[in-house]
Amino acid sequence: MQKLVVIGAGMASGRVLEHLFDTAPEAFDVTLFNAEPRGNYNRIMLSPVLSGEKTFEEIVTHDDAWYADNKVTTRFGEKVTKIDRDRKVVVGENGEVAYDKLIIGTGSAPFIIPMPGHDLPGVVAYRDLEDTNAMIDASAKPGGKAVVIGGGLLGLEAAAGLRLRGMDVTVLHIMGHLMERQLDEAAGYLLKQDLEKRGINVMLKAQTKCIEGDGKVERVLLEDGTVLEADIVCMAVGIRPAAALGQDAGLEMGRAIKVDAQMRTSDPDILAVGECVEFEGNLFGLVAPLYDQAKVLAKTLLGEDDAFKMRELSTKLKVTGCDLFSAGDFAEGDAREDIVFRDPKRGVYKRLVIEDDKLVGAVMYGDTADSNWFFGLIKDGSDISEMRDTIIFGPAFQGGGAAAADPLAAVAALPADAEICGCNGVCKGTIVTAIEGGATTLDDVKAITKASASCGTCTGLVEQVLAVTLGDSFEAKAEKPICKCTDLTHEDVRRLIKSQELKSQPAVWQQLAWKTPNGCHVCRPAINYYLLADWPLDYQDDLQSRFVNERNHANIQKDGTYSVMPRMWGGMTDPDELIAIAQAAKKFDAVVKVTGGQRIDLLGIKKEDLPAIWSDLNDAGMVSGHAYTKGLRTVKTCVGSDWCRFGTQDSTGLGIKLEKRLWGSWTPHKVKLGVSGCPRNCAEATCKDVGVICVDSGYQIGVAGAAGMDVKETERLIDVATEEEAIEWTVAFVQLYRENAKYLDRAYKWVAKVGLDWVKETLDDPATRAALIERFDISQSVYQHDPWAEHVENRKAQYAPLADLTTEAAE
Amino acid sequence: MSWTDIGALTDIPLRGARIVKTPAGCIAVFRTDEAEVFATSNKCAHKGGPLAEGIVHGKQVTCPLHNWVYSLETGEAQGADEGSIATYPVKIEDGRLLLDTDAVAARNAA
Ligand SMILES: Cc1cc2nc3c(=O)[nH]c(=O)nc-3n(C[C@H](O)[C@H](O)[C@H](O)COP(=O)(O)OP(=O)(O)OC[C@H]3O[C@@H](n4cnc5c(N)ncnc54)[C@H](O)[C@@H]3O)c2cc1C
Ligand code: FES
Repeated sequence: MQKLVVIGAGMASGRVLEHLFDTAPEAFDVTLFNAEPRGNYNRIMLSPVLSGEKTFEEIVTHDDAWYADNKVTTRFGEKVTKIDRDRKVVVGENGEVAYDKLIIGTGSAPFIIPMPGHDLPGVVAYRDLEDTNAMIDASAKPGGKAVVIGGGLLGLEAAAGLRLRGMDVTVLHIMGHLMERQLDEAAGYLLKQDLEKRGINVMLKAQTKCIEGDGKVERVLLEDGTVLEADIVCMAVGIRPAAALGQDAGLEMGRAIKVDAQMRTSDPDILAVGECVEFEGNLFGLVAPLYDQAKVLAKTLLGEDDAFKMRELSTKLKVTGCDLFSAGDFAEGDAREDIVFRDPKRGVYKRLVIEDDKLVGAVMYGDTADSNWFFGLIKDGSDISEMRDTIIFGPAFQGGGAAAADPLAAVAALPADAEICGCNGVCKGTIVTAIEGGATTLDDVKAITKASASCGTCTGLVEQVLAVTLGDSFEAKAEKPICKCTDLTHEDVRRLIKSQELKSQPAVWQQLAWKTPNGCHVCRPAINYYLLADWPLDYQDDLQSRFVNERNHANIQKDGTYSVMPRMWGGMTDPDELIAIAQAAKKFDAVVKVTGGQRIDLLGIKKEDLPAIWSDLNDAGMVSGHAYTKGLRTVKTCVGSDWCRFGTQDSTGLGIKLEKRLWGSWTPHKVKLGVSGCPRNCAEATCKDVGVICVDSGYQIGVAGAAGMDVKETERLIDVATEEEAIEWTVAFVQLYRENAKYLDRAYKWVAKVGLDWVKETLDDPATRAALIERFDISQSVYQHDPWAEHVENRKAQYAPLADLTTEAAE
Repeated sequence: MSWTDIGALTDIPLRGARIVKTPAGCIAVFRTDEAEVFATSNKCAHKGGPLAEGIVHGKQVTCPLHNWVYSLETGEAQGADEGSIATYPVKIEDGRLLLDTDAVAARNAA
């Protein structure tokens, strides 16, 4: 009999032995080494063991009796330290064994980030029974706290298990959403919500700094200063192939032990299987392909022909109640299309990726019932062009001939008791009855049945019912949706962000059933504005959702250079500022222009130079003039009573006060103010968004002027006696505009829509004014800071090229 | 192919872009998803707008100057606009970004 030695009693080598003993039980005399003090068990079921849903005994694959029946010599708890290929022996900790054929199946080792404290007792990985038991023991302490580093598959299964055992669990994930390798952002958002509902605290973009404790782990520190108490820390940040034995023995290596399609290494008597191998550049981390490898390896040993092939993989998370599925490929490749389906009420998200009429990837969350069907389509590479329009609804919708392929026909085919509006429980029959009773528009149906009157996401369906029932006489609503990503209008979205308390972009996309994965250049800046205006403390401004000028805090010019304009409060400056501006202009070779907003513009600055010029201007005490924002631009003033013989009040002083109060705020469109010291109006205040004219008796406040494509005189909001009141009314007006206007509507457009009377009535109430001002100040506590200084400090690198290959190529 | 390391994946913000200077001009490297990147010419086919400054959405970018939208996979302008930009192979390995500089050079020579 030939002597076969197997290193590692894992899931892959275990499957090899099963095949061998099934087909040729007498072919080999087997010796099996395993570093773990036990035989083969179903490693992937450690998660149910951790959570208490299963015992270890239930997940053992091969017990003592099985090894005895198959006459396997077991050397468990003994690590192999060396393979001596010249003498054909394997060296174990307790002695050598000779081989004719050798299988390496050593799997992977968890990756441990070598941060300070990683070796403290109480810091574990998640790979084997020892790790699992350490976590179970830690959970015995009442009120114990666990920190899981890593929000991938393993980390989340660990977190869910520890939570089920009653621990207080925090997951730290370095990326912007969970399981980013399998899920897109929307599915990651739903998963986070579900985990949070289970009481698991999830921190994204969390940078762990170190682990601390006196003799054992006590706390985890993050880069941002957060301190988390911990009785146990589970580090689940990835795996590395355990391939050192192959390396030391001089086998051909890539990132792991290289094998051919017959699972042979570069030494024909040594084969390898499982996570320790590399095949055609691929590494492995899930069991499905390892089972294929095991089958091929057994055949190779028995002299039969077979070849291992890569195949599509799918992932599910084994956390009860979190239904997610991911398969295929979302990256690389040409000309792909997405089909997205969202059902916010049920927390369902599905995304299909199509290329050349074939399904190449699928992500599903909340409803994975059809996942196998989709996975089948991916694996088979089926042509799906025939069912393109309805494929997202799954197999139940297919095969119905022409009717099923047309969404309108699909609506027509729905039974009368099919629910259309989930929020208000309105079924199709009720809507049809309303239409037959005389309703002809969406608003009629909304008023009579309440369908689509709450979250609004069924609007499209209701319109289809109208279209089917009324035929050609139905006309869709006139108000235009924001863009092709949604059927909702700006007004709808603003209202829903407030009423549903949506505080992140993924939340908006999911809850409002966005049709694209992450919006487009039209909706993204709008949604970003609405979120930051409505939830200044919760929402984090997203630079990638801003137009270039607001992202780079300078105005892009048609040749790709930028213009830079420091703020001059109320149009006032002094010699020192002017000298600094002149020096900067010389140093950076700028063209200099005096603007209509009473400041100085430096044109022609290169992007790479922006941080440097800002830094120079900052050093001279100047800040960004926000000449590029949908935000407060300038407060234009005349010299007022300080100097002018006609001046009635200190118009410059009021202008400076207003500018100091309002600068840095983001608004639906740009906001320009003017303060004139007398009715001669030298500051041209009567064509500004807010214009104040000083008179002997006080201040006349006008709003909603324009001097661009449209020219329009301001309308009088109110006359007040004191400077304090003038400031109070101005701030309240700006905040009312910020909270209610549609993105990119200047104040005059917005006032035309809502009516000046409504604005006056609203602001007339002192309590309302006070509340508006309070909300404005809260927002300013977050947003009133100089972006130049901030970018110089934190984002400087983003202004330089990622790499410069011009010099290398020249060499 | 000649894969050249041009930086770390995390050097590019999610749904953002950075440029790489090459003898063939500036190349924009876009990060469309946590682990998905594309490389194209940085120059809009319309009037040369810097595409790396555009808003990145799905697997597309919108030019910051006049809103032409390009597929980052094919380089084709979308919708009614006609034109295209060069695309280049780029991949992620162990968190590093690798650009195929042979493809860049070939494009330059052609
Ligand atoms: C908690 C958890 C959950 C998982 N869930 C899933 C899932 O849902 N789906 C999925 O597809 N995959 C899952 N996986 C991954 C899956 O378990 C692995 O892909 C699979 O176990 C790899 O099999 P293997 O035989 O290559 O290695 P292993 O099963 O790790 O076996 C290798 C064995 O070799 C031993 N060994 C290593 N070096 C030596 C040496 N020098 N001498 C002697 N013995 C040695 C090790 O002790 C180990 O017992 C999960 C993994 C974990 C840890
Ligand atoms: S330059 Fe790009 S759209 Fe005009």
